[in-house]
Amino acid sequence: MTSVAGRVRSAGPLVSRIAAALFGGYALAALASVAVLALPISRPQAVLTGEMASFLVYAAAVIWVFAVRSALRAWAGLLVVAAPLSLAAWSVW
Amino acid sequence: MSDLHTWVGLLLGWVLYAMFLTGTVSYFKDELSQWMRPELPAQSNVPDQAVVAQRVADELVALVPGSPQWSLRLPDARNNSVYAFWRTAGAAPGQRAFGEGNFDPATGQAVSSRATLGGDFFYRFHFQFHYMPVVWGRWIAGIAAMFMLVAIVSGVITHKKIFVDFFTFRWGKGQRSWLDAHNALSVFGLPFHAMITYTGLVTLMALYMPWGQQAGIKTAAERQQFNAELSAFIQPGKPSGEKAPLASIEDMVRQAQERWGRDGVGRVTATHPGDAAARVAVARGDGGRVSMSPQYLEFEGTTGRLLAVHEGVGPAAETRGVLYALHLGRFSDSVTRWLYFLVSLAGTAMVGTGLVMWTVKRRQKLPDPARPHVGFHVVERLNIASIAGLSVAMAAFLWANRLLPETLADRANWEIHGFFIVWALTLLHGVLRPAKRAWVEQLWLAAALLALLPVLNAATTQRPLWQSLADGDWVFVGMDLMCWALAALHAVLAVRTLRHQPKTRPARKPAPETVDRPAGGAVLREG
Repeated sequence: MTSVAGRVRSAGPLVSRIAAALFGGYALAALASVAVLALPISRPQAVLTGEMASFLVYAAAVIWVFAVRSALRAWAGLLVVAAPLSLAAWSVW
Repeated sequence: MSDLHTWVGLLLGWVLYAMFLTGTVSYFKDELSQWMRPELPAQSNVPDQAVVAQRVADELVALVPGSPQWSLRLPDARNNSVYAFWRTAGAAPGQRAFGEGNFDPATGQAVSSRATLGGDFFYRFHFQFHYMPVVWGRWIAGIAAMFMLVAIVSGVITHKKIFVDFFTFRWGKGQRSWLDAHNALSVFGLPFHAMITYTGLVTLMALYMPWGQQAGIKTAAERQQFNAELSAFIQPGKPSGEKAPLASIEDMVRQAQERWGRDGVGRVTATHPGDAAARVAVARGDGGRVSMSPQYLEFEGTTGRLLAVHEGVGPAAETRGVLYALHLGRFSDSVTRWLYFLVSLAGTAMVGTGLVMWTVKRRQKLPDPARPHVGFHVVERLNIASIAGLSVAMAAFLWANRLLPETLADRANWEIHGFFIVWALTLLHGVLRPAKRAWVEQLWLAAALLALLPVLNAATTQRPLWQSLADGDWVFVGMDLMCWALAALHAVLAVRTLRHQPKTRPARKPAPETVDRPAGGAVLREG
């Protein structure tokens, strides 16, 4: 039992990072693709720019998540970037 | 970061390998399609597109009367048939609302050749697989591509000394050589691998990242404006209900030819043909322009009057057009296409060596090499079936094209079933045989199937190699020679695999005789 609990505890940060990379990364990319609409360019161009840029944001987010020292920092980094993007996205939705 | 690279590479590696290899051969999908329809004569000159368009349009009027929309891909230097796609009139819910077919440019009638999907099978498999809803397949492809993008970026970070590694090659040193091969292949094609992965995501980005579009494009007018930036497909409006025949399609295509050159027209789309509200769009082909952004002329269907010239889109849409075109490479002349093919083959090998390396590396760490754990077994067997087995299955697909009777019901699909049956058998074989023997046997089988394909072609068609050479039929000549080149490649891999001596224990100190083993040293027989 204790070994199971121990395993969970040691796997926890890794699972957390994987979740941050997969889902946090996608959420951040999606948010960025909407936030682009706040730029002063025409709607179709903004939509396409957002779509194209989103995969680079996603890839960068995943790299960030696995590059930093702890799972906590990984999440914190994503949130720090997400905050201004949310503001921009919220203004156009 | 190195762990991230290993795991994103491995988890979807088999999917990626299949995507890479089928994508690689798709650069010659038009040529493959010609080879798989040997009844259609070789096309020495591109027929006049205007005449062909009129011919097939007339045929479609008779074939699918009342269709709200049809579209033709005209013949060009690489296509000797016309591909048509249409919506079916008044399809009840649950009925198929679309149809498609290939037409002979010379007669305008449906091609009288064996039923086959041709090279389009590999092309479609490459991004949406088979036996599953198209959208699922595309999502799997997208997730795999995203993993690949992360694998590339993390790979570059892992190998900081990337250019030093590129010039370091250690032959015949087991794991080191695999690593060096993987590095060399990766660095050699790095710009291509990064480009092809990213642009692959871009081709289907509206599916993967729909949120901006949902937030920003809301009204029907906005949607129409948005779509106009992406494609030359004009949307059917409302039919008037008043019957009126189409004006001369030939004249409309002539006007486009004056603009873009005799062979520069790609596609003709008509909406509500036969109705007073008909519209016709004549779109430019992909050849010779490095963008897939739409360029088309829009005509009033009943009078043939030019309504609008669409030749420019916004900067972001143009960027997308270029990225899309870079992925498909349809702009390319034959030299560029061969370069695409070769560097893409190197990408396939990059994924393949990466997969094999996982087992080579793990084998050394196994507590008991004779009895590896389950995970190791699974990876090892999947590697065999997805690398050697895929070659066997792809060759079998071409064999099926020549061997299945032309009268077989659902023939085009049976070619595809044949591909998957053979592929499944290679997995079974890989599971049942000792790993090394399975590798060698399947590689030899692939080599044999490929080497004998020109023989089979000579026996079953009127177009054997000597005839093709005499006729200057370069599609068939190229196909036969390519089969032999690929057969040779598989034979070399089989011989090298047979001679390969896995190091079962980490040899820390002086490396024992790993240098050149005597030629023909087939000393190694497991079991």
